Amino acid sequence: MVARTLYDKLWDSHLVNENDDGSSLLYIDRHVLHEVTSPQAFEGLRIAGRAPWRLDTNIATPDHNISTERSERVAGVAGIPDEISRIQVQTLDDNCDHFGIKEFKMNEMGQGIVHVMGPELGATMPGMTVVCGDSHTATHGALACLAHGIGTSEVEHVLATQCLVSTKMKNMRVNVEGTVGLGVTPKDVVLAIIGKIGTAGGSGHAIEFSGSVFRDMSIEGRMTVCNMAIEAGARVGMVAVDEKTISYCKGREFIPKGDLWLQAVSYWQTLVSDDDAFFDIEVELHADDIIPQVTWGTSPEMVAPVTALVPRPEDQVNKELRKGVERALDYMGLEGGTPIASISVDRVFIGSCTNSRIEDMREAAHVAKGRQVAGSIKQVLIVPGSQMVKAQAEAEGLDKIFIAAGMEWREPGCSMCLAMNADKLGDGEHCASTSNRNFEGRQGKGGRTHLMSPAMAAAAAVAGHIVDVRLFLSESSSTGVEL
Amino acid sequence: MKAFTQHRGLVGPMDRANVDTDMIIPKQFLKSIKRSGFGPNLFDELRYLDHGEPGQDCTDRPLNPDFTLNEPRYRGASILLAQKNFGCGSSREHAPWALEDYGFNVVIAPSYADIFYNNCFKNGVLPVILSEAEVDILFLELEGAEGYELDVNLVNQTVTSDSGEVFSFALDQFRKQCLLQGLDEIGLTLIQAEKIRQYEVEREKAHPWVYGAIK
Repeated sequence: MVARTLYDKLWDSHLVNENDDGSSLLYIDRHVLHEVTSPQAFEGLRIAGRAPWRLDTNIATPDHNISTERSERVAGVAGIPDEISRIQVQTLDDNCDHFGIKEFKMNEMGQGIVHVMGPELGATMPGMTVVCGDSHTATHGALACLAHGIGTSEVEHVLATQCLVSTKMKNMRVNVEGTVGLGVTPKDVVLAIIGKIGTAGGSGHAIEFSGSVFRDMSIEGRMTVCNMAIEAGARVGMVAVDEKTISYCKGREFIPKGDLWLQAVSYWQTLVSDDDAFFDIEVELHADDIIPQVTWGTSPEMVAPVTALVPRPEDQVNKELRKGVERALDYMGLEGGTPIASISVDRVFIGSCTNSRIEDMREAAHVAKGRQVAGSIKQVLIVPGSQMVKAQAEAEGLDKIFIAAGMEWREPGCSMCLAMNADKLGDGEHCASTSNRNFEGRQGKGGRTHLMSPAMAAAAAVAGHIVDVRLFLSESSSTGVEL
Repeated sequence: MKAFTQHRGLVGPMDRANVDTDMIIPKQFLKSIKRSGFGPNLFDELRYLDHGEPGQDCTDRPLNPDFTLNEPRYRGASILLAQKNFGCGSSREHAPWALEDYGFNVVIAPSYADIFYNNCFKNGVLPVILSEAEVDILFLELEGAEGYELDVNLVNQTVTSDSGEVFSFALDQFRKQCLLQGLDEIGLTLIQAEKIRQYEVEREKAHPWVYGAIK
């Protein structure tokens, strides 16, 4: 038999039909819905008089457009002050109630950012096809799923048919060998990868992340990496199944028990690329070369080690790059040649589907513990990714560490990652952010985003400017706690 | 779905790489539960000097004079000439909705982000891929000629300029047929409903844990 990649295996096992025109009908096991990209899809179903193909494949929750302020959340959906937002959240509730779709409502245990919620509830399982009207759906690939974002027309298509019309992507493998140093997190690894291959480097491809760095990484860390596959242009990012995958899944709410669990595990263990499987593109990085990363521009590929200088337009190799750097520096209000570790920060955001899981909270708390937010910082938002993350963090006392340091402990949601709610940057403000996109205006009109890890963001909050978190860690190494 | 066969129209430029979907339609407009009405907010942050909010009347908002598409010569443009990796970022279908509502029927660029590319076809917007060299030629011609128009033909898969140059483009046949005929893709898939049911029966036997847990 021909050697197959993990992606090939997932594709083959979900193929309903290969159509004559070269497209394929692909079966979808799990469909995750949220308030922003679903209302027009439900409306489409109603207009066409169609019902969902089946109900037990769908799961929904509001996340993008909800307040993270406790005082606003306690008032429920009816208490959302912005009428347009209230209607959108209410519409998700109404649609899920009407069609019978399982929803974790705004203040219910289980609610959270779609890509935090799915895996933590065990709604996402290895070997599944997972789609959601959100480009960061690649996150679920950390559990060896074929997971990707779709548009609203496809949300409607999946609801109505349980299938997508797809064409097969190419295979790409990003291999990172070695052991990362102290203070180097999964976020730094994926930012370094994007820096190397570029924001369109993975277009048309499904990326499999392999090598000792990912084998050593926790499942939550792998989620951070797969989450940002889309920032390298790839709709799909994946890591093969190993013992960590199996033990992560065990015991979660929707994960099978008893004989069914054993049966599932024996299948899941086959979800690895064959030894001699073919990849159209192979990329190699070495852990030794990766140190904490920070973006300085307006695309995730505009990234550099924290020890570097902001690039100079005149040093660029061609006119196109020069123009790109000039435009980015102009927007960011930065001069070429400035040390990255001297850039002042106005606000800090720790959260998003990239970095809002319990390990991220612990990582940030480890740096924040016993320290104070710098006086020049206007706000530090700590936004847990889900109700379950929030409860766990509070049980560990992390909320108290953040509050004692002068940070705000918020309710779960997407928050300042895309700034659809009130959590946003002001014009010209710099933000140390653990989110995934540093596009112009992403976190608020005129806002200037610097992407980095939770540890780096917490360190920036304390220092008042971007700083190499490794300085903090060697300082506190006597505590015996390692990241 | 809206059908597309051929289109002739005025060309407007968006001369920068990696135009992302946040730029095409900023997040505050995603609060709408409708598919229509996004045109006045296309490129909102680049196009206007003030901050836009959903539901606002845009007719009296201050236009950014430095934003090329605001120049009178590009009023009524229906073909957007763009650079590589156009539409990168989020999966929001509001991006093609906004382009279509503004009046763009065609985008021409050297490459697109995968999800955006796919979303265009669902909304009667044709994303044409030409080589970087060909796109460069079109940018040069556009700059030099006011009222510059192109003819885009989906049947022949060609872009033709008034000087008679013809540029061919590729796309897959399924997308082409759907767009040409304005087909209801869900209806097309449901023709295969029996195959989907068969697949499900087999899947439930082989991987029973996939079903039933979520109630």
